Amino acid sequence: MPYRTTIGVHSWVFGDLKDLMAKATPPRAGDRLAGVAAGSAEESVAARMALADLPLKQILAEPLIPYEDDDVTRLIIDTHDQAAFAPIASLTVGEFRNWLLSEAATGEALAGVARGITPEMAAAVCKLMRNQDLILVARKCRVVTALRNTIGLPGTMAVRLQPNHPTDDPKGVAASVLDGLLLGAGDACIGINPASDNVAVIGDLMRLLDEIIERFDIPTQSCVLTHVTTTLELIRRGAPVDLVFQSVAGTQAANRSFGVELPMLREARDAALSLNRGTVGRNVMYFETGQGSALSAGAHHGVDQQTCEARAYAVARAFDPLLVNSVVGFIGPEYLNDGKEIIRAGLEDHFCGKIMGLPLGVDVCYTNHAEADQDDMDTLLTLLAAAGITYVMGVPGADDVMLNYQSTSFHDALYVRELFGLKRAPEFEAWLARMRLVGDDGRLLDGVGTPLLAGAREIAA
Amino acid sequence: MSRELSPAELMQALRRLTPARIGLARAGASLGTDEVLRFALAHAQARDAVHTAFDPAPIAAALTALDLDVIEVQSAAASRDVYLRRPDLGRTLSGESRDLLSQAGATGPDLAFVVADGLSARAVHEHAVPFIQALLPLLARAGLRVGPAVLAREARVALGDEVGALLGARAVAVLIGERPGLSSPDSLGLYLTFAPRPGRHDAERNCISNIRTAGLAYAEAAHKAAWLISEALRRGLTGVDLKDESGPALTAQPAKERIGPA
Repeated sequence: MPYRTTIGVHSWVFGDLKDLMAKATPPRAGDRLAGVAAGSAEESVAARMALADLPLKQILAEPLIPYEDDDVTRLIIDTHDQAAFAPIASLTVGEFRNWLLSEAATGEALAGVARGITPEMAAAVCKLMRNQDLILVARKCRVVTALRNTIGLPGTMAVRLQPNHPTDDPKGVAASVLDGLLLGAGDACIGINPASDNVAVIGDLMRLLDEIIERFDIPTQSCVLTHVTTTLELIRRGAPVDLVFQSVAGTQAANRSFGVELPMLREARDAALSLNRGTVGRNVMYFETGQGSALSAGAHHGVDQQTCEARAYAVARAFDPLLVNSVVGFIGPEYLNDGKEIIRAGLEDHFCGKIMGLPLGVDVCYTNHAEADQDDMDTLLTLLAAAGITYVMGVPGADDVMLNYQSTSFHDALYVRELFGLKRAPEFEAWLARMRLVGDDGRLLDGVGTPLLAGAREIAA
Repeated sequence: MSRELSPAELMQALRRLTPARIGLARAGASLGTDEVLRFALAHAQARDAVHTAFDPAPIAAALTALDLDVIEVQSAAASRDVYLRRPDLGRTLSGESRDLLSQAGATGPDLAFVVADGLSARAVHEHAVPFIQALLPLLARAGLRVGPAVLAREARVALGDEVGALLGARAVAVLIGERPGLSSPDSLGLYLTFAPRPGRHDAERNCISNIRTAGLAYAEAAHKAAWLISEALRRGLTGVDLKDESGPALTAQPAKERIGPA
């Protein structure tokens, strides 16, 4: 069904909802690359005007990718919660924006409607929102998850300790883990991207992290970010798996390009739950997503990349994850060209995830062929911390020596804690205090008296 | 029993275990000045590597001296800026270059080289010639007909498919500047494709990564490449099916389980 807006004497026509959503999207490289972006600045605003008048119910009625063709669409439609949707069912997209910003949309009210918000609704309203709107509404959302500690409580922000090593050398990995712990990072998880896909190597890394966590009795969870089928195999072989990781995308074809089908995720979640490794909760899944992943796989069906990204959150939501993060600047400048596009996308992803009820973190990051630098990352990190981000990455010195990109450092996390007074997951912060690494105010001590140094001496020997 | 290491000595010892930037000093909660500047320098070098213009002339001269025929081409991306935004254009020859290669004729060599700037011309400037120099004697020993070397500007890996097809090459080896990291701005990659033709997938190639002085040394890389090229020609394939029988440095594609561009 076509959509129209008249501005002056010009009538702008948009062929269908997919076209309208794409053209309403703030400018970005990936939509230009896909040939779905608006042809002019005025056309983009005309699309936003038409989108503002669209009833949310119409979005439910007009799937962007046909129900018969795509299991993500089927998941979205089949699990839509009508009761949760009821309070917003009569609104247009523009009225939905006003409601989200209003005092009526408290944290409780937002949590109540979360399961009624489809990814396409989140994406549509996102396109009408300025950066400040994305920050303010996300900040009101509360999403709390737990496994071996509690993540997402008000006034907290967690950090994934990312101790990657170019050859998966156990001592090299352990050195980075210790460095992160000494700098107070690691409550979201200690999560390695392995260089290898060798099952034995990955099993060794799982056991290494488990031993460190056991030895120092750290209230956190480990994860080796390998393919879900590899994790399943390792669970069968008795490896200590806290979290099952998988990259997911917003279309069935894109997920297939990752070698993933939805039943696999269900099977892996059941397997991880059967290990009963949680102490304070049962969220055992960890997902990564990123704008551009569907297009990169040629699997976007003409849907704009921000909407595809929101659809990935519907996949994540179906498996009650502990952690979900967008790898916003990682995929490359052909999708998000510069600091401005990366900052906008990071705020969009966080907002969409949060209003859909997910524990959204962001890998605030860029590659060296993008037009971005540390200043852009400082800006995005600060805005996301203001928006109540669930967690960010902690990479030694912000330089990932295995994946060859720049993320946020342990020091960057300390900076936003200092700026906003953000605490860590409470169990983890109490542990840091027991280890004599932080004082009562959560600030780092000099660390000279910490028992962790004994572990460091063993690794160094 | 030796005396216990001081915390500073301990961190020095841990640093030797990983290239990661661990043990960095704090100024308050933030990074100290030394590391801020060290990082800025590494980023500047990586950025410069991405934007350094490809200078094929010295490479052409050196390869001619090694008895290789040299042809210079350009992708359909007319500038660095377009190249970064339009990966599709970097995978296609410009019309003029296509004509040039068509006129050169399908000489049907066992192996053609494509030397491509990719994301780091610096890597190609520094490592392409010494690597090829190390590799050629091994290929000659295997009795292979090698050449020409096609020097390609604003090129992605898949440009080798079109080049290889036009030359009628049985296989094509694309030497290309890899995405520069802060700790590796000059890393050269080799992508080998059997029966190259437009439309080949990345899963149909084999890759040797991180060829550089501080990474995989020329001689070692050449040894691995020669083995791989001979096996590919003997078995008539490249890609995942070659993976299982290869050594640790020869993977079909980097196994990083991370969302990334195809």
